[in-house]
Amino acid sequence: MIPLAAGTGVNNVALTVLIVLFAVVTILGFMASRFRRGEHLDSLDEWGLGGRRFGTWITWFLLGGDLYTAYTFIAVPAAMFATGAVAGFFAVPYTIVLYPIVFLFMARLWSVSHRHGYVTSADFVQGRYGDRGLSLAVAVTGFLATMPYIALQLVGIQAVLEVAGVGGSGGWLAKDLPLLVAFVLLAAYTYTSGLRAPAVIAFVKDALIYLVIIVAIIYLPQKFGGWDHIFGAAQHKMATTNPATGKPTGAFIPNASQFWAYATLGLGSALALFMYPHSVTASLSSGSRNTIRRNAAILPAYSFVLGLLALLGWVAIAAGTKPIGLDGKPNPQLVIPQLFEDAFPAWFAGVAFAAVAIGALVPAAIMSIAAANTFTRNVYKEWIKRDATPAQEAKVSKLMSLVVKAFALVFVLTLDKQNAINFQLLGGVWILQTFPAIVFSLYTRWFHRSALLVGWAAGMVYGTVKAYQVINPVTGKHFGGSLAAIPGIGDMGYIALTAFVLNVVVAAVLTLVLNAMKVGNGIDQTTSVDYFADEDDPRVERDLTEHSGPRTGAFEG
Amino acid sequence: MSTDTPDRGGAPRPQGTTGSTYRADRDSTVAMPPADTRLLVAAGVCLLIPVVALMWVSSYARETPRLGGIPFFFWYQFAWVFLTSALTWTAHRLVIAARRPRDLAREENREDLGGRP
Repeated sequence: MIPLAAGTGVNNVALTVLIVLFAVVTILGFMASRFRRGEHLDSLDEWGLGGRRFGTWITWFLLGGDLYTAYTFIAVPAAMFATGAVAGFFAVPYTIVLYPIVFLFMARLWSVSHRHGYVTSADFVQGRYGDRGLSLAVAVTGFLATMPYIALQLVGIQAVLEVAGVGGSGGWLAKDLPLLVAFVLLAAYTYTSGLRAPAVIAFVKDALIYLVIIVAIIYLPQKFGGWDHIFGAAQHKMATTNPATGKPTGAFIPNASQFWAYATLGLGSALALFMYPHSVTASLSSGSRNTIRRNAAILPAYSFVLGLLALLGWVAIAAGTKPIGLDGKPNPQLVIPQLFEDAFPAWFAGVAFAAVAIGALVPAAIMSIAAANTFTRNVYKEWIKRDATPAQEAKVSKLMSLVVKAFALVFVLTLDKQNAINFQLLGGVWILQTFPAIVFSLYTRWFHRSALLVGWAAGMVYGTVKAYQVINPVTGKHFGGSLAAIPGIGDMGYIALTAFVLNVVVAAVLTLVLNAMKVGNGIDQTTSVDYFADEDDPRVERDLTEHSGPRTGAFEG
Repeated sequence: MSTDTPDRGGAPRPQGTTGSTYRADRDSTVAMPPADTRLLVAAGVCLLIPVVALMWVSSYARETPRLGGIPFFFWYQFAWVFLTSALTWTAHRLVIAARRPRDLAREENREDLGGRP
């Protein structure tokens, strides 16, 4: 460990601000268990979905905190800084086209889940076809895709701590202790407060993020020569030849051969995002069918902020930011924290660091809850203990949320960071393969359950193989990126979307065959009207009173 | 709220216990509820416009005209954040106008209770 130049050592002021803000959200996290508390505490609906009664604004903060993760805030500007607009700025069209797509199907998923008490998307698939195999495939895919995503939130916290000068040297304990402490606290209040913890902390997270980005976008460009100069510097850097590949460093504006890449990265990611269990969990926690639709119209505010953040990656180019890790090696992931440390007064750098670190806690909490719910509902209850009571379900889910977080921590501390990034990339490819089974099934039962399963498997295998075959030109390692030549078109495109097309084609062809052979398509618990049920649906209330006696106040909120 | 609903994803419920009058056409996709199709189509168009506009990368992958030093490629996509938000909100209002959820719930309730002994 070589001591570094002045200014990259421990930043005491920034660190103090970071720790104070961290302490505040920890207290909020524990107090959150009393936030809009319901009558029945020991159930997945209460612990894992916050009682299913969050209104429009709470849902806005919760989903915003959930979808726009700390890792996004670190990785998108890092990609802009390192390789330019195709790898970085696609996040903007991605998070725009996301909402029309979500608008289409999420209200139906909310209604049918409300009507039947579904907690996960695999619950819905099970109810729609009565097919344990297909439901398990959806559940396992969601679980696997979420794990590395949680690990990446830790990478986000690590990046901030590293720039603040903590955790680079000493034994493994001194090095990793801050991260360990942060995660033990997170695990503890997620365990006690469930989904209410991230719901409350999301207010702080989003307020800090908006504050930091608005200040940064007003203050930094004029400090570093104005937008003209910033875009000029970025254009110059992207046109420079990269000695490792012999090609230009990156893309300033996508050229004709990159249009497919840009469009498919955006569309594929948008289709995939709401297949993740943590997106579904946050959506189902809303109190009415229209909450999610209203949110589809107001959530793009975060997309705007994300776009500004992406441009900060280019501000860093103009500012001459040198993202050097505590190990002395350049690491583009550090570019945003480093820019903040260089350009802001120490106390505000601390606020910015806290925004990123707290930004990691909200999604990490929701993701671990969602993964735990998926395990409990679709593995434990379905395959291990079919007569589990709601209280037992909640117990298993709470314990599982600890296991999931422990796994993520071990993953980040023992393996190379690159592994987490590779698996997250692969997770995106995998999760999109559950789209036909979930979204198509919300509209139609034309697709055959076995065809959907085979299509899913085809997409999974194809996507994994293709991603493995991408070689990083610098390191020579596999899983070097998410783009591969699209068969039949030849241009590069997002592997997840190519695999998805294969998935749909296989499912459609096989459906024709199976339907022609008149193979049964399982038992459907749902009816057409279920997909339009709303919060005051009389049938939900009646079912509850039939089975559990009179209820007490649930629908306010 | 549906805290201890036993009616969840696990075991299939016995047929007919929640006797919906729509059960007969449950396998058809568009059985329910009565809606103004023209308004739904209009909502669909509102949702489709941003997707088409942003996936058509060649229509905006250029530098000029610049806006305050920002190349067209970037400010154009920022503009779509606001346009999409407005279009999605319009779609939301159109869907509500096309299909009144309260009417649906009331109608369903009446028919459901009517079908019970």
